Amino acid sequence: MSERPVLLAVEGITKAYPGVVANADVSFSIGEGEVHALLGENGAGKSTLVKMIYGLVKPDQGRMVWKGADYAPAAPRAARATGVAMVFQHFSLFEALNVAENVALGMENPPPMKELAAKIRAVSEEYGLPLDPSRMVGDLSAGERQRVEIIRCLLQDPKLLIMDEPTSVLTPQEVEILFRTLRQLSAEGTAILYISHKLEEIRSLCDAATILRRGKVVGTADPKTSSARELAEAMVGATLTPPERHGREKGRVLLGVSDLSVASPIPFGTSLKEVSFTVSAGEVLGIAGVAGNGQDELLLALSGEIAAPSDRVRIDSAPMGDKGPGERRRAGLVAAPEDRLGHAAAPDMSLVENAFLTGAIRKGLTKNGFIDWAATRDYAERVIKAYDVRTPGSHVAARALSGGNLQKFVIGRELSQEPLVIVINQPTWGVDAAAAAAIRQAILDRAAEGAAVVVISQDLDELLEISDRFAVLNGGRLTPPRPVQGLTVDEIGLMMGGAHGMEVAHHV
Amino acid sequence: MIRLEKRPNPSRFWLYATPVVAVALTMIAGGLMFAALGKNPFEVIRTIFWDPLFGEFAWYLRGQLLVKAGPLVLIAVGLSLGFRAGIWNIGAEGQYIMGAICGAGVGLAFYPTESRLIFPLMILAGAFGGWVWAMIPAILKTRFNTNEILVSLMLVYVAQTILAMASTGFLRNPEGAGFPGSRNFSSYPAAQNPELIAGSGLHWGGVAALAVVVLAYVLLQKHILGFQIKLAGQAPRAARFHGVNPATLVVLCMGISGALAGLAGMFEVTGPAGQISIDFNSGYGFTAIIVAFLGRLNPVGILLGGLLMALTYIGGEMASTNLGLPSSAIQAFQGMLLFFLLGVDVLTNFRIRSLIGRSTTGAR
Repeated sequence: MSERPVLLAVEGITKAYPGVVANADVSFSIGEGEVHALLGENGAGKSTLVKMIYGLVKPDQGRMVWKGADYAPAAPRAARATGVAMVFQHFSLFEALNVAENVALGMENPPPMKELAAKIRAVSEEYGLPLDPSRMVGDLSAGERQRVEIIRCLLQDPKLLIMDEPTSVLTPQEVEILFRTLRQLSAEGTAILYISHKLEEIRSLCDAATILRRGKVVGTADPKTSSARELAEAMVGATLTPPERHGREKGRVLLGVSDLSVASPIPFGTSLKEVSFTVSAGEVLGIAGVAGNGQDELLLALSGEIAAPSDRVRIDSAPMGDKGPGERRRAGLVAAPEDRLGHAAAPDMSLVENAFLTGAIRKGLTKNGFIDWAATRDYAERVIKAYDVRTPGSHVAARALSGGNLQKFVIGRELSQEPLVIVINQPTWGVDAAAAAAIRQAILDRAAEGAAVVVISQDLDELLEISDRFAVLNGGRLTPPRPVQGLTVDEIGLMMGGAHGMEVAHHV
Repeated sequence: MIRLEKRPNPSRFWLYATPVVAVALTMIAGGLMFAALGKNPFEVIRTIFWDPLFGEFAWYLRGQLLVKAGPLVLIAVGLSLGFRAGIWNIGAEGQYIMGAICGAGVGLAFYPTESRLIFPLMILAGAFGGWVWAMIPAILKTRFNTNEILVSLMLVYVAQTILAMASTGFLRNPEGAGFPGSRNFSSYPAAQNPELIAGSGLHWGGVAALAVVVLAYVLLQKHILGFQIKLAGQAPRAARFHGVNPATLVVLCMGISGALAGLAGMFEVTGPAGQISIDFNSGYGFTAIIVAFLGRLNPVGILLGGLLMALTYIGGEMASTNLGLPSSAIQAFQGMLLFFLLGVDVLTNFRIRSLIGRSTTGAR
C-alpha cells in the first residue's frame, strides 16, 4: 500500500463550532486507488472532516494537499473540478423527476437529455449498477436511489469518491454488489474514502483505516489484519459487553396483527399489504427491511395514528384497530417513532412537556383533565436519570438536546411506562455505542418482565442480537417471522427480497 | 454583516421585552411620520398615549377605554386559542356580526315583554350565532379540506350583507319612520346591556372578557386541552402521536373563537352601540387579530394588548379631531405597532450575530 502515490494529505485540520470541537489536529493521507475507511461513532467528527474535503465547510486551521499542491476548495464546485465527488448519506433527489433529470440537476453543464441517458446507461453497465434513466425516482427503492447518486458522481470521472455510510439503506446482496463496484473503481485508480461504523464491511473492503474519537485521530489500523473487536474498542475507547439475555418463558399473545392493509398517509410512502404477525409476552420480534418499505406506516398503524378495521390489531386480545393512540396506550401499548424531533417529541417544548406527551395516560398525570405538572416533572427527571440523558435540566427544550440524548429520553419515556406491548422504530439511531448497548439492554429487560416487543430497525446486527424471531418488511409486505436461531445472512438477504434484480448485473 | 442564529431555548427576557421595545420603536417611527406631516411629534404622542388617561377629558375617555377594549379582548382570546393550534380564523368580524344579529333578534322577538330570563337567553343566542358562523369554515375544512382563512374571511362579507338586510328589513324598527336600524335597546330594559358602574365604561361584555382571560389562562397552563392546542400548533405530527384528532381540534377552536366573537357582538349591539344598524360593527373582529398577536397569544398579554389598542383608538381619534391629523396617519401608526412587534419578535427565538467580530463572538 505504501508504494501508492499520495493523492490527498490532510495535515493538522482543526474545526470548532460553538460549544464543540468537531475536529482537532486531524491528519491522514489517502493514496491513489486506495480504499480508506474513516471509522468512528456518531459525533466523532467524520462528517465534518469530509465536508471540509468536499468544500462545504472551511477548516479553522491546518491544510490539505492534493497531489503535492495546496488544496483549499471554497465550494463543492471547486472540489468537483479538482476530482472529488461525494455520495451523501441522505439523498438529494427529486422524487417527481426521472433519473436522467435528477442527474442533470447535479451537473455544471448537462448535455442534452438523450446523450445523458445514453451515458447513464453506459456507466451503469460498466460498473454493474443497472439503472433505467427514464424511471421516476419516486418509484425507486432506496438502493436504486443510491445508484443514481453514485452514477451522478461517476459521470464526473472522480479521482476521489467519498461515501458517507452508504450501506445503511442496502440489503446484504446490494452491499455485495456495491462493494464489487467500489473494488472495480479502486482497481481503476479511483481512491475511495469510506465512512462507516460497520466493522465487518470495513474489514472486507478497505485497505487502511483512520479511527476518530471525539474529533481526534486515535489510531490507524489495517482492517484486513485487525479484528472487529479491536476496531470497535479503538472506536469507542472502552471494552464492550454484549447485552445479557435472561432465559425467559414465552407467555400469552399480547399483540396480534392479522391481515392488516392500510394506505400510506405519506407522499410516495408504502402501503401495508396483508401484514400478519403475533408477539407473545416475553418475546422480541425484529422487523428488518430497507428504509421506505413500510416501516413508518407499520409504526403508525400500531401506535394508532392510522386507523384500521377494529379486529386487525389486537392488544392483549382486545380489538384496537379503530382506536386512537390514547386508547391504545391505556390498553398497554407504547410506541417510539423513528423521527424523534417533530414526531416522537415536540421540538420547542420542554422535556417535562414532552414527558407528558405520551406519559399522561399510563402514568396518571392528569386529574379531571387538569395536568399534574409536579408529578410530570418527577417523571421526566426519573427518565433523565435512569437513561443518562445529558441535559442541564428537565426545563430544556427538546431541540436543545443532541440527537442521541433525545433518543435516550424518548426510549426511556416509553420503556418507563410499565408497558404490555412496546413498538420501537430504530431504537439506537444516532446514539453512541455505549448508550446503544444500554438501550438494547433496557428493551431486553422489559421483555424479561413480560412485555411483548416489536423492534423495527435497519441495523441487522442489532436485530439479530436482541430478537427471538425475525421478519422482513418488503414493499409493505411482511415475511412470515422465523426464529433467529440458525438464520444465516444469506437467508436474511433472500427474505429482504434479494438485491432488487441486481444479481444479473455482475455475471462477469 | 449580521446573521441570525437560532437560540437553543426561547429567550424569556425577550418574550416580555419585545412588546415594550415594539411600542417604543412605534413611538419613534410614528413621531418621525408625524413630524413629516408637519405636526409636533411630542404633542401627537402625548395626545394619543397620555391625554386619554390623564388629560382634561380623561373622566370620560377612561370609560371609553373599557368599552373599546372589552370586545377586542373577548374576541382576541378566542382567536388566540386557534392561532396557537395553527387554525386561522380570520373571520371573527363576521361571527361578531352574526352573534349581534342573533342576540338582538331574540331580544327583539320578546319586545315588549319584561323578564329576567330574556337577557341570559340573548347571551346564549349571541354565542350560538357566532358559533354557527364559525362552524361553516370548520366543517368545510374537516370534510373537504378547504382553507379556513379564505372561507372565514369571505363569510365576513356575507355577514355584512345579512346585517344590511336586518337593519333595513327583518329587524327594522317598526316605529322608526322607515329609517334603517332596529329598535334601540336603551328603551327596552329587559334586553339592555347597561353600564354596571356609572362612568367606568364596564358592561357585561367587559366582565365576560375578564372571565374569559382567566379561563383561557387556566386552560393553557393547567388543562390537557390547552396542552393539545399548543402541541398541535408547534408539532402537528407529535400531536397526532399524542392522540389529538386534528378535525376535533379544528371544530373546537373555531367553535370557541366564533362563540366568543358572537358574544362580543351581542354585548356591543345591546350596550354601547344600542341598536342593529348597517355600520354598528367597527372592525373589532379584524383589530382583534392584531390584539391577539400584540398580546403574544397569551391571555394576560391580550388583556394588556387590548387596552393598549383601545388607547391608540381613542387617542388617535382625539389626535385627528384636535390636531387635524388625517385618520389614515393614525391607521399607519397602528400598523407600525404590529410591524415592529412582529419584527422584534424574531429576537425571542433568534439572536443576532455579527460576522465582523466573529473571532470574539464565535467563541461562546
